[in-house]
Amino acid sequence: MQYYVQQILNALQVGSVYALIALGYTMVYGILTLINFAHGDIFMVSTYIAFFVSTLLLGLTHHLPPLFTFVATLLAAMAGTSLVAVLIERLAYKPLRTAPRISCVITALGVGLLLENFMVAFKPIGPDSRIIPALFESRNYSIAGVTFSTLQIMIILISGIAMVLLDLVVRKTMIGMAMRAISWDKFTVPLMGISVDTIISITFILGASVAAIGGTLYGMAYSIDPYMGIRIGWWAFISAVVGGIGNIRGAMLGGYILGFIEIFTPVFLPTSTYRDFVAFSLLLVLLIFKPTGILGKPAVQKV
Amino acid sequence: MKRIKSFVLVFLCLVLILTGCQSGSKSNKIVIGLNAELTGSVPVVGASCKNAAELAVKEINDAGGLDIKGKKYPVELLIEDNEDKAESAAAAAQKLATAGVIAMIGPNASRNAIPASVIAESSKMLMISPWSTNAKATIDEKSGSPKKYVFRAAFIDDFQGQVAAKFALDQLKTIKPAVLYDVASEYNKGIAEVYKATLEAAGITLAAFESYTSGDKDFSAQITKIVQAGADSLFLPNYYSEVPLQVQQAKKLGYEGSFIGSDSWGSAELLTLCGSDCDGSYFTTHYAADIATEKAQGFIAAYKAAYQATPDDVAALTYDSFGLLFQSLQAAGKVDREAVRNAMAAITSYEGVTGNMAFKGTGDPVKSAVVIQVTDGTFKYFQTANP
Repeated sequence: MQYYVQQILNALQVGSVYALIALGYTMVYGILTLINFAHGDIFMVSTYIAFFVSTLLLGLTHHLPPLFTFVATLLAAMAGTSLVAVLIERLAYKPLRTAPRISCVITALGVGLLLENFMVAFKPIGPDSRIIPALFESRNYSIAGVTFSTLQIMIILISGIAMVLLDLVVRKTMIGMAMRAISWDKFTVPLMGISVDTIISITFILGASVAAIGGTLYGMAYSIDPYMGIRIGWWAFISAVVGGIGNIRGAMLGGYILGFIEIFTPVFLPTSTYRDFVAFSLLLVLLIFKPTGILGKPAVQKV
Repeated sequence: MKRIKSFVLVFLCLVLILTGCQSGSKSNKIVIGLNAELTGSVPVVGASCKNAAELAVKEINDAGGLDIKGKKYPVELLIEDNEDKAESAAAAAQKLATAGVIAMIGPNASRNAIPASVIAESSKMLMISPWSTNAKATIDEKSGSPKKYVFRAAFIDDFQGQVAAKFALDQLKTIKPAVLYDVASEYNKGIAEVYKATLEAAGITLAAFESYTSGDKDFSAQITKIVQAGADSLFLPNYYSEVPLQVQQAKKLGYEGSFIGSDSWGSAELLTLCGSDCDGSYFTTHYAADIATEKAQGFIAAYKAAYQATPDDVAALTYDSFGLLFQSLQAAGKVDREAVRNAMAAITSYEGVTGNMAFKGTGDPVKSAVVIQVTDGTFKYFQTANP
C-alpha cells in the first residue's frame, strides 16, 4: 500500500510540472491556433534565469532570509521568461499573423532550436548540466513508510496554487474575458475596441510565467541543461492535446494524466522504456475516439 | 583505354616507390601517427590525448631519442584530426598508413576506433587505441577472432562489469543488488548486463534491474521500485551528468544502501553536481591520480607542469599507449612494422601509469582496474581490483 502511495506522490510531482507547461501550449493555441513548439525551450530558459538569479542572491555577503530569496528568484524568473516570450512573439510570430499556419509551426520549431543552440554556444552557459542551489532547506519526512521532502510538497502545492490563480484570471477578469473572446472570434473582437496584440502578449506572459514557476521548482529538484526542454516540452504538449488543446482545465488534467503514465508505466510494465509507447498510444486512441481531447469542445465551423 | 591502364600502372608504381622510401627502415627517425578527436563532440578527449602524446614524445627526444640496440632514434609525431567521425577516422588512418608511420595511436572513442581498425588491419599497420572499451575494436566481427594489428591500452566493458560485480560481492557483501541503467546507450547497457550475469553466476538474484532512457531526469518511479525491493547496493553504470540526480533521488526516497559506478563517473563534473551526496560511493576506473606508483607520480607531475591540469584517464592511457609502443620497438630491435607488431603481441609485462599490462593472444591487455571511493568531495584510491 505505502508503495503505491509513494508512487502516487512521485506522479503528482512530475504531473505538476507537465501541467504548468501544458498551460502555455494550450493558452497560445486557444488564441492564435498556433502550437508554440518553442514553449519547452522557453521553460528551459526560465530555469537558467532562476539559476543565475539564485546564484547571485546566495552569493551576496548579507544573508537574505530564505523566503525572500525564493520569492525573488521566482519573480525574477517569471519576469525574465515573460520578456523572452514576448520578444519571441513580437519578432518571430507577429510578422506571420496572416501567413499559413504551417509557416508559424515551422518558425516555432526554429525558435526552439535557436534557443537550445544559443545556450550551448553561449560561453557562460555551455552544454554542462547544473543544479539550481537550494533556496530553502528541504527536509525529508517519512510517514508510515512514505517518504517525501519539503521541496516535493512545495512543487505540488505551488503548482496547484498557480493553476487555480490562472484559472481565476481567465474566468473572472476582463483580460481573461478578452482572451476567451479572441479565441471565440478574433475578427469581431478588435471591433469592440480590444487590442488583439496586447491580449496576445499578455497570453504569452501568462504562459511564460507559469512555465517559469515550474522551471524554478524543477531546477531545484532535478538538473538543468540546454536540451532539457525537448522531452518535457513534448510530454507537456501531449498533456495539452490529451486534455483538450485550447482548454485550460484540460491542460491541467492532461498534465497529471501524463505524470501518472510516466510513473506507473515502470510499475506495471517490465521497463520504463514503454513510457513513450503508452503515452503516444493514449494520444492516438484519444484522437480516434475524441479528437478534441478529454475536456475539449468540438469547434463550430462558422460560415 | 590501354593508355589509361598503363598510366595508372606507372602511377601506382610511383606511389609504391615513394611511400616505400618514406617508411624505409634506413631512415634514422621514428614517425608515429596520432589519430585523435581534436574537433567534434568530444574535443576534451582529443586535447588530453594530444597533450599526453606530445609529452611522451618530448620526454624521449629530450633523452636524445629512443634507444634501440644502442642506437638513438629521434621520434616524430604526425597528428591527424578524425573530427570524431567514423569516416574521417578511417581516412586519417589511411593517410597515416600511406605516410609510412611505424604505428598509429588512436582513435579513442570506439565509434572511431572500430572503422580505423579495419584500415590498420588491411594496411598491416600496428594500431593502439588508448581509450576504446568496446570489444568490437579488437575483434573481427565476421570471424570472431582477434584482429592481428589492433591493440588497446584500456580494459573492455565486459571486464569492468565483472570487476564491479566482484567488488559488490566481496567488498560490499551485497545480497540484494539492484541496477539502474540507461537502456538507450550501448556502453551503459553492456556493463549492466555483464554485471547482472556475473552476479547470477555467483548465485545471487538481482532485487531489481531497472532502466531509463537518455535524457530522463526523474527516476523516482524506478527508485521507489528499487527501495521497495529492499536493495542493499545500487549499481549505476551511467554518465557523470546523470549519476548525481540518481544518487540524490535515491537518498530522498529513503534508499540507504551503497552506490557503485563505472569509469563514466570519473569527471570532476560529478563532484560539482553531487555535492556531498556521492560521498562513500565507489566506482571502477582505469587509474587513480593519487595512486602512489613512482611512474604514475612522475607522469602526473610532468603533465601538470606542462599543461597546468591533472591528467584524466584518456591522457594516462595515451601515455601508456606510447610506452607500450616504445617498449615494443626496443624489443623488436629494429624499426619495422611487422617486427614491432610481433613484439607488441609478445609483451608479458609492461609497467604503465594505469597499472601492469600483458597481452595474451588478443589485442586486449590483461590488467587490473582500480576502485575509487568518493571521499569528502574528492576521488580517493580505494583498491586495485581483478575479476
